[in-house]
Amino acid sequence: MRVALFVPCYIDQFYPQVAIASLELLEKLGCEVVVPVNQTCCGQPMANSGFANITGGCDTNFSDNFSGFDYIVGPSGSCVLHLKEHHPDPKIRSSVYEICEFLVDVLQVKSLPAYFPHKVGLHQSCHGQRGLRISSMTELNEKPFSKLTYLLDLVKGCEWKYPERQDECCGFGGTFCVTEEAVSVKMGQDRIQEHQANEVEYIVGADTSCLMHMEGILKRSGSKVGVKHIVEILNAHA
Amino acid sequence: MLSHAEASEKFIANQERTDWHDDTLWFVRSKRDKVSKLLPEWEALREQASQIKEHMLSHLPQYLLEFEANAKANGIQVHWAKDAHEHNEIVYSIIQKHGDKALVKSKSMLTEECHLNDFLEKKGIDVVDTDLGERIVQFRNEVPSHIVLPAIHLKKEDVGETFHQHLGTPKGNKDPQFLTEAARIHLREKFLGAKVAITGVNFAVAETGEFVVCTNEGNADMGAHLSDVHIACMGIEKIIPKRQDLGVFLRLLARSATGQLITTYSSHFAKPREGQEMHIVLVDNGRSRQLARDEFRNSLKCIRCAACFNTCPVYRRSGGHSYHQPVAGPIGSILAPNFDKKSNADLPFASTLCGSCSNVCPVKINIHEQLWFWRQDLMKEGLAPAGKVIGMKLMAWLMSSPAVFRMAGGIGRKVMSWFPFMVNNGLNPWYKQREMPAPPKQSFQEWYKLNRS
Repeated sequence: MRVALFVPCYIDQFYPQVAIASLELLEKLGCEVVVPVNQTCCGQPMANSGFANITGGCDTNFSDNFSGFDYIVGPSGSCVLHLKEHHPDPKIRSSVYEICEFLVDVLQVKSLPAYFPHKVGLHQSCHGQRGLRISSMTELNEKPFSKLTYLLDLVKGCEWKYPERQDECCGFGGTFCVTEEAVSVKMGQDRIQEHQANEVEYIVGADTSCLMHMEGILKRSGSKVGVKHIVEILNAHA
Repeated sequence: MLSHAEASEKFIANQERTDWHDDTLWFVRSKRDKVSKLLPEWEALREQASQIKEHMLSHLPQYLLEFEANAKANGIQVHWAKDAHEHNEIVYSIIQKHGDKALVKSKSMLTEECHLNDFLEKKGIDVVDTDLGERIVQFRNEVPSHIVLPAIHLKKEDVGETFHQHLGTPKGNKDPQFLTEAARIHLREKFLGAKVAITGVNFAVAETGEFVVCTNEGNADMGAHLSDVHIACMGIEKIIPKRQDLGVFLRLLARSATGQLITTYSSHFAKPREGQEMHIVLVDNGRSRQLARDEFRNSLKCIRCAACFNTCPVYRRSGGHSYHQPVAGPIGSILAPNFDKKSNADLPFASTLCGSCSNVCPVKINIHEQLWFWRQDLMKEGLAPAGKVIGMKLMAWLMSSPAVFRMAGGIGRKVMSWFPFMVNNGLNPWYKQREMPAPPKQSFQEWYKLNRS
């Protein structure tokens, strides 16, 4: 299966290990992975700040890089949600997948050669969870499900825990994290406190932006708890 | 006036109180979760409520006229107000006719929206809010911080001090039962003395001309039954077509608001009792303007349950007053720009767009999507803070050009500094309480070039 790997700009620049793990994981599962070299940004930071009217250049560049692929897969729920909801080309909108939903729904992964002997706390990033419906949400009266815990359960040695408030936002929120700095940090601190109460070694999620925000707070407080994108765990081996 | 961000920072400075506020409202949200999950038909009820409101909004003129005709036939006097000022004048003229100087009022967010209390007080009328929470904030010259729990920003110590000052309760007494009893005795006098009572309206039934007022304290009933004149004030979107629709809305309202199965009092007012005058003031005040905007018309489905307040992680940590509007929280943030874009331009940005609000909403208002649409609208109107437009345009330009992106990224990840949250210096709010991610040796694209191509 031919797959185009969408690497969000800040992952490219600051978290290359997340993109490498995505690439390796997809290849391991039998995909032919193409990495369009001229990709940049999906346009979400501008659009969510109220400037969707100037993201035309980003949209065009995305189309130039990703047109013609049946599957566009990226390790970021919020960037993928932005494309699904706002990219002008319907073919792009229907071809783009967050990597965990791609693994579960398209590749229908039943097992993984992964080993990660650690206790992790699962952070459900809102755009992936509520926007893409990667997991059920506590707001709705619905049968619980989670593509993330389904995948983590395939990893040998990995023990995962939800924080007490299973799906509360971490407070990143794009430019919200600086324009509403006080609330943003308080929300992050509260999430972290619940994960720490569970004595986890890592906070794990499917959106690097949330993890970057929580990592920033963890580091400032000198915490030993780290953060990992879920693909790094799904791709981990002995 | 402080912006939402500035007011929030002040609120959060008291961390203990912030945690208490957050936990208290989270407790209410949890109660709502529990009771909503006891109903297998919960999601179907939400859908039905949303569709009834959809139908009502699409046929609003027809239902308003039907309601007016039936209410009049019942002996109720019906008034139409195009805006807050007209509403206030109408209410005042009714009071004036009876020559009264004092009145009791039960909770009505519409009268808060119209700033009726200020208006009447300037005319020399003593308005007594009879909802306990509202009376507390009224004593303190504050406004409600929550539409269902108006004094939720206060702790029992604060109430004890306020009652000590205004009702003469012993200093230091913070016993909730004692303080409530003191308020009860105080309000009983006001009820007995008032000839005019104002109430809000939760639902107005077009087919019968009756209206329903929901309270837990019975204060609306006490006021209305003791008064010679009952004035009910309602926004025009409170209409529902049929009485049977209440079977949907009353089940949703209290469960969503407080986790109760139903409000203690769900009182139907159909006609004045003998010798009493009953008035209804139907208020537009910008609602038809909102109705005409495709992206925002759904906001008029709101039944004021405040479930979106209780679930909102931002509201719980910033307090209602940070929204500088009578209706705070996520729903307030999509209603407020309709009244005044400029002074409320910060509110649609007081959200992470997490989407929790839209999914607890009993009438399925797409609140977080409307926040997004307001952001677009406000920025197009030129209401961006200084510097933001240039930063955004520069970033959009850089990101449109792969060559510039790669080059800029190569020299110290410089392009990322156009993300407002990525500038690594002491002036960046990111850095106040967070570290920056450590820059890696190479970007993914650089790694890919070296290792894969």
